[in-house]
Amino acid sequence: MIRLPLVLMFSALLFSAGVYGVLARRNAVMVLMAIELMLNAVNVNLVAFAASLQQMSGQVFALFVIAVAAAEVGIGLAIVILLFRTRESINVDEVNLLKW
Amino acid sequence: MTWENSAITITTLLPVAGAIVIALMPKDKERAIRGLGIVVSGVAFALAVAIAVGFDYGTDGLQYELDLNWIGAIGVRYHVGIDGISLPLYVLTFLLSFLCAIYTWRFVPDPGRTRAFLALMLLLETGMAGTFIAFDLILFFVFWEMVLVPMYFLIAIWGSANREYASIKFFLYTLFGSIFMLLGFLAMYFQGPDPHTFDMVALRDFGAGGGFSQTFQLIVFGGVALGFAVKVPMWPFHTWLPDAHTEAPTIGSVLLAGIMLKMGTYGFVRIAIPFLPYGAEKYAPWIGALAAIAIVYAALACLAQKDLKRLIAFSSVGHMGFVMLGIATLTEIGIQAAIFGMVAHGVITGMLFFCVGSIYDRYHTREIAKIGGGMLQTMPKLGSVFAFVAIASLGLPGLAGFWGEIMALLSSFNPNEVFLGDQVGLFRLFMVMGGIGTVLTAGYFLWMLQRVNMGTLPDHWREAGLRDVLAVEWVSWAPLLALILVLGLYPRLVFGITDEAVSGLMTLLGS
Amino acid sequence: MNVLAAEGEVAFEATTNGLWFVEHAWIVVLVPLVSAALTLAFGKRTPGKGAVYGIVGVGAAFLFSLGVLWHFVEGGGPFEGSIDWFTIGPLHLELGILVDGLTGVMVVVVTAVSLCVHVYSLGYMHGDERFTWFYVVLSLFTAAMLTVVVSNNLIQLLVGWEVMGICSYLLIGHWWEVKENSNAAIKAFITTRVGDIPFMFGIIALIAVTGFTTTNIGEVSHELGLGEVSPLFVSVAALLLFGGTVGKSAQFPLHVWLPDAMAGPTPVSALIHAATMVAAGVYLIGRLFEVFLLADEWVLTIVSIVAAITALGAALLAIVQDDIKRVLAYSTLSQLAYMVAGLSLGELGLTAGFFHLFTHAFFKALLFLCAGSVIHAVHSNNMSDMGGLRRSMPVTFWTMLIGSLALAGIFPLAGFWSKDELLVVAHEEHVDWLFIVFLATAAITAFYTMRMVMLTFFGEYKGQAHPHESPSTMTGPLIALAAATVGVGLLGAPQLNAVFGKWVFFEEIHEAVFVPWIALLSTAGALLGLAAGYVLYRERKAQDPLQAPLGPAWNLLQHRYYIDDFYMRWIVYPVRDTWSTAVNWFNQVVIDGVVNGAAALTRAFAQVIAWFDRTAIDGAVNGAGEVAGRTGNVLKYLQSGNVQWYAVGLFVGVIALAVVFIRVV
Repeated sequence: MIRLPLVLMFSALLFSAGVYGVLARRNAVMVLMAIELMLNAVNVNLVAFAASLQQMSGQVFALFVIAVAAAEVGIGLAIVILLFRTRESINVDEVNLLKW
Repeated sequence: MTWENSAITITTLLPVAGAIVIALMPKDKERAIRGLGIVVSGVAFALAVAIAVGFDYGTDGLQYELDLNWIGAIGVRYHVGIDGISLPLYVLTFLLSFLCAIYTWRFVPDPGRTRAFLALMLLLETGMAGTFIAFDLILFFVFWEMVLVPMYFLIAIWGSANREYASIKFFLYTLFGSIFMLLGFLAMYFQGPDPHTFDMVALRDFGAGGGFSQTFQLIVFGGVALGFAVKVPMWPFHTWLPDAHTEAPTIGSVLLAGIMLKMGTYGFVRIAIPFLPYGAEKYAPWIGALAAIAIVYAALACLAQKDLKRLIAFSSVGHMGFVMLGIATLTEIGIQAAIFGMVAHGVITGMLFFCVGSIYDRYHTREIAKIGGGMLQTMPKLGSVFAFVAIASLGLPGLAGFWGEIMALLSSFNPNEVFLGDQVGLFRLFMVMGGIGTVLTAGYFLWMLQRVNMGTLPDHWREAGLRDVLAVEWVSWAPLLALILVLGLYPRLVFGITDEAVSGLMTLLGS
Repeated sequence: MNVLAAEGEVAFEATTNGLWFVEHAWIVVLVPLVSAALTLAFGKRTPGKGAVYGIVGVGAAFLFSLGVLWHFVEGGGPFEGSIDWFTIGPLHLELGILVDGLTGVMVVVVTAVSLCVHVYSLGYMHGDERFTWFYVVLSLFTAAMLTVVVSNNLIQLLVGWEVMGICSYLLIGHWWEVKENSNAAIKAFITTRVGDIPFMFGIIALIAVTGFTTTNIGEVSHELGLGEVSPLFVSVAALLLFGGTVGKSAQFPLHVWLPDAMAGPTPVSALIHAATMVAAGVYLIGRLFEVFLLADEWVLTIVSIVAAITALGAALLAIVQDDIKRVLAYSTLSQLAYMVAGLSLGELGLTAGFFHLFTHAFFKALLFLCAGSVIHAVHSNNMSDMGGLRRSMPVTFWTMLIGSLALAGIFPLAGFWSKDELLVVAHEEHVDWLFIVFLATAAITAFYTMRMVMLTFFGEYKGQAHPHESPSTMTGPLIALAAATVGVGLLGAPQLNAVFGKWVFFEEIHEAVFVPWIALLSTAGALLGLAAGYVLYRERKAQDPLQAPLGPAWNLLQHRYYIDDFYMRWIVYPVRDTWSTAVNWFNQVVIDGVVNGAAALTRAFAQVIAWFDRTAIDGAVNGAGEVAGRTGNVLKYLQSGNVQWYAVGLFVGVIALAVVFIRVV
């Protein structure tokens, strides 16, 4: 049985890596991947707590998150593709039309 | 619905229906439009006569009464009825409107637009007639205000040069007065019997029985009386009248003088005095004083007028002074004299305005100096009619104008002993002023006749092709001319109607 | 007359042949009225332009009124009858007739003179543009006067009274193309109306005595007779009523209209001055005599003073007139004053006064119609254009001479008897000053009458036209009236039983007495006047022989004592021009100024409100928007469009919140 704090530590690191990716990467695909990291960090948390607390709801939620993440990546990639078609670039810095 | 309870509603609303039909008619059917105007007002007049025929003259109660719920939430009802005080004025309204419609067959003032003209006239007819039959304060107020709009347009569209000023002045001045009147009505609603009501019969019985406190009566009578006084118009609230009359088209003047002014005096008799007897008692000397001033003042002002129509308009102020003097005495004779005076003034002054309208139609000027005299030479018939009516207007016995004046003076010799027993001297002074007024009245009318009718015709009019009275004019005037004579010789025609109602009123007031 | 107090009762001492006529006396009024209506309706289409209706109508009325008088000749009593007219509150009005001896005499006088005038006008007004209209008004005038005469109540009397006024206006102004005529018409109407106002108040006062229940003269008298009304009240009422007489009978100070009324056609003058209008004023006093007798004594004194002033003053004015009709007009004033003065002497005077009214009606109508005949011939009113007409106009001359001698009071013509009776009454009542006034006036009357006759018919003809005798339609009435002038005086002659006094009396019959020395005195005075007139005017002179000796007085008389000027200067013009303009100015500037000022003030205030609304209130609204906009303008740079920066913010926020939650909670 792995100790809970270790798992949490791991998921925190994973989440932090995701945050870094989201904030720092310029490539939109990479940003999407980083988001996946963050979601999976959350999943790890959910599962860990579920195991530790003996409640199934955490695992159920993890399944929901996986489903949502799949949908999100689907839409996200579609947007990225459209973006690439119009801009011929997927650099998020260049996508700043929605401003003042 | 039977004839008994629907007759006056049908009769009163018929002109509005006619107005709607006329408004919807095609523009180019001139003759049909004018014809329909005559037919509608003619049928309405016939119905009014039928009402008068079916009227029971032996009682003072309401007849043809109809009392329906209208705006239940605040107790406003559609309560209409007719009694001896309203009946003469009611019938007169329809008569004059009918004659005006006939007159319009030939004379539509510039700028034409017959449809609108007739429709507004019929709307006006309903408003005026409705005022005389309403027995609910709000209904009364609605009819009262309903009159303003068509008359405003009649003056503002079909009037002469200064029409904008006159029409706005007329509208705002009357509205100004009626606001105070409405406030008075609302005050009576809230201070009146429980449950609150706008019903005029209930409020009358409550008020005449001393239901309102004295302070309340003094305040509210002032407000209500102000509203009526502007309409009458009493001196010094009269200045809208000469302007409105001078600018209005002929039939506007006829209806204004003939009926609308009576709404004010009717209001005094119907509402102000019976509802607020204590207020009436305290205000009566003031009203009498204003009336007496009006008589002399208007006569003097008439002497100074250069415009024929303005002269007649001022004479109205004086004649209404006699009416108000009669009312101010608070006696049975005085109030009956007032009602007679109203009818007589409606007939006579209405007729005078017809004459002036036709004179203007011939000469295209109303200035006495420009007409220059000699009208009897070219137009003997028009001149004779004009002279006859002017003589009736100066109060010659045997013609309609006399009875209202003499009876008003008679009643001011001894005003109501219960209410005004200590004011006898004052009212006798008013009587003397009224007497002086009649001399001056004779003076300005005869002088007017001398300058318009007599003498020789100025040369420049000889070629003007002045035509004497036309057939249409004869038709629309004959009833009035006959009435002037008949009312003069047989005053029972009006006194017989009003007698019971007024004595009922006096009984109610306890004297 | 007191029996009248019993309402509507027939009180006959004996059934007479005239009874039917008396009971139906209203027909006398109705017939001329109907003829007026017929003339108006069909006159122009009738051959002769409709004069026939008037003549037949008034003729019928005359015959009828003879029947009425016959009742009293036979010694019948008064009759009263009425029908309901209308009711107003407590006041009950009726249409009724009250026929007593006085009425009987009056209806005969009125219809007789009116008939003469109607016939005479056929000739006089021949070819007039408004011939038919003239007859309409003439008949209406007669009907109105008859209404006054037969009326049993005050309001009906007032109606007739005023209708007469308007008829006089129409007739005097008959030739209204000329301004002077219409001026005279207006003057007549307004002046009499000035008198009518107090009269109306007097009537109102009398009605008030009955508690506003009736206007019946008999009942009013009855109420007054009960003595419950204060004498002062009655006196004031009587004085007010006298105002009507002063106006209609042209007594000083309201006499000014009558001479001007000569502007009307001459037949009208005859009608107005002899039998109708002016007689109505005198009749009024007689009809309401009870009121005057119950009043304090000073009322009748005032009446007699007014009458005396008028009698003498007017007689003096007649001396200086050149217009023949004006001579007659002033003589009418003076003779009317005789009657009024007679009435002021009390019960005895009533009979005497009315006897003079009776005789005067005939000879004055005669004189006027003669004057009309002369004017018709010479086309001028002025005696300076006449002279020597006795040869060319013999009928007119002889009839006018009879009339003149009657006016002068020469035995045995009508004027002699009535004047004599007045003098006797004045003597019997011991009113010596009035006796002297009567006597003096009689002498002056004789003088100016003679002057008029001399200037007109003697000497040489001065005019331009070719005088000729008038047609028989005109001379016929002259002869008839002349015959009456000779005859009617005998009705009051004491030697012949003075039957007149048995018809017209107040309460009880007084035997007329003949006092020889008074008769002699008055005849002497009259003869003296005639002689003086004859001597002075026997020869025509360029200047009136009186002008030089009278000096400034002549001017005073020529200007009618400046009374007319005074009225015009100080009353009519100020009221008509100054006061009326002032009132109109006040109306337009002050009262209407207040109205317009209120409107202007309201508009000015509205401007202020509009400014406040625009700047302050709307400013606040706009300001709120402005502030938000500006803030947004600054903050908008935060929205860079770079999503990652947003995410940075998000995470910083999360961390911050986490810290807060951990630290604080």
